[in-house]
Amino acid sequence: MSVAGTIRARFRVAHPGFALDVDLQLPGRGVSALFGASGSGKTTCLRAIAGLEHAPGGYLSVNGEVWQDDSRGVFLPTHQRPLGYVFQEASLFPHLSIRRNLEYGMRRVPAAARRVSLDQAVELLGIAPLLDRMPDRLSGGEKQRVAIARALATSPRILLMDEPLAALDLKRKNEILPYLERLHGELDIPVLYVSHAPDEVARLADHLVVLEQGRALASGPLGETLARLDLPIRLGEDAGVVLEGEIAEIDADWHLARVAFAGGSLWVRDSSVPVGQHVRVRILARDVSIAQDAHTDSSILNILPACVEQLADDTHPALALVRLNAGGAPLVARITRRSAARLQLHPGQAVWAQIKAVALVG
Amino acid sequence: MLSDTILSDTALSAIWLTVRLATVTTLLLFLIGTPIAWWLARTRCWLKAPVGAMVALPLVLPPTVIGFYLLVVMGPQGPIGQLTQALGLGVLPFTFWGLVVGSVLYSMPFVVQPLQNAFDAIGERPLEAAATLRAGPWDTFFSVVLPLARPGFITAGILGFAHTVGEFGVVLMIGGNIPDKTRVVSVQIYDHVEALEYAQAHWLSAGMLAFSFVVLLLLYLFNPNGRRR
Repeated sequence: MSVAGTIRARFRVAHPGFALDVDLQLPGRGVSALFGASGSGKTTCLRAIAGLEHAPGGYLSVNGEVWQDDSRGVFLPTHQRPLGYVFQEASLFPHLSIRRNLEYGMRRVPAAARRVSLDQAVELLGIAPLLDRMPDRLSGGEKQRVAIARALATSPRILLMDEPLAALDLKRKNEILPYLERLHGELDIPVLYVSHAPDEVARLADHLVVLEQGRALASGPLGETLARLDLPIRLGEDAGVVLEGEIAEIDADWHLARVAFAGGSLWVRDSSVPVGQHVRVRILARDVSIAQDAHTDSSILNILPACVEQLADDTHPALALVRLNAGGAPLVARITRRSAARLQLHPGQAVWAQIKAVALVG
Repeated sequence: MLSDTILSDTALSAIWLTVRLATVTTLLLFLIGTPIAWWLARTRCWLKAPVGAMVALPLVLPPTVIGFYLLVVMGPQGPIGQLTQALGLGVLPFTFWGLVVGSVLYSMPFVVQPLQNAFDAIGERPLEAAATLRAGPWDTFFSVVLPLARPGFITAGILGFAHTVGEFGVVLMIGGNIPDKTRVVSVQIYDHVEALEYAQAHWLSAGMLAFSFVVLLLLYLFNPNGRRR
């Protein structure tokens, strides 16, 4: 049942007015986002994984280790699970200095099991100047960075984050997101990230689980899952995809940067990201149109050759969603059904995707 | 004559006995009251209300009622009296340890309720955070709960001690009036008044008044915003 390199979680919780019924298989590396509206069960799911809530009859294995299997009477209490947990509010111990807060968990981990040093955690989150202060002297953003460092200092096998940015304003949020991206890049610790914020998911997630009313609507790699037409998955107000690439060149004259990805290149506004940097771009379905010829007489900068893969109805009867494959990268276009008929779109057809807007998300 | 009245041997021994009784009682109440308060703060069991009510009973019962029942159960024919006799401890009424038992019961709510409030105020989250940082339940209790509940322990200690110093009815019922054994300050004052020794009664009473004021002052200084009865 337990497979090395994966996280398997099967929980059924029934409270009056709320039920959770999931059977998830998640990659044992990278960031997996549990995305859903409030009340969708994502926090309950995370708490069950941490053992803070006992879902009777559940099963949980993390990278080959069984933490819960009620059919065999196995249930590790939270303090025996090698995990890190970041709550929505930082939940630092108010009676301990920042340094003692950081040491609290680390000291309780056997020396042989420590793989993240205190200095490393402090450096990763940029909290060295705060070490001798007390928690009540810190801003919300600083507290949350300490909480993340405190969890990392226990060298967890998995890091569980429950909307760690939800209690912060936009400014604080943007102050922490780069640190989270660094974690992603520099530590090999799988992260389960609960969020209802589309921008966080677009920036951080590798794997996306969409929860609705206690059930998993979809679970898969971020790009593929967002490009599925059969599910009403919207990161925020609109359908769209996220592509990964890196900055390949900067056109200083026109203040543009070229992002190279699997299926070609896209020009985006230059936002001082250096060449070679790994980035993500988000392309909304409403910003993608379809043409049969490559127009050179258009103002649109980004025109990619693509292949029609699938057509589906959109929410409004006038509109259709079209999934395109641009050299391996999935795109979704929203067009009118009349246009689809006029262009006689069908799977397998070669077309040109005209992309009106591309947003760099990190 | 004056120094005689202030520092008379009977007065001194009454004061010393009172301090000993209050100290032993307070220490025992911390040992017994802490788990009870923790359980009351955390449990969702239906017994919470009955147990809470039992603990609070001394707040409303006349001390003579408590004293009377203690006398009955700890007496030679009572169940606890039989037990203590079987264990070779004799009977407890009219001894120092009998007074301790009475005082522990009588002052229980003054220790348990501030502790319970302090534990309630900590909430679930710090305990969960400690668990995710590998601290087991006992570890969490000593490294997180005790430090966070410190104001509650100070309040509980001061109230428990002061309330024991001030008790009279229970002492009179189960302790009687035996010098060096059960004659505490409040009983001594009563004796003085009965004997029309108003001067001596004054010194001890004024001492109690000053003591009580200082205790409450300390309490309010330590916990300027804390709730109290």
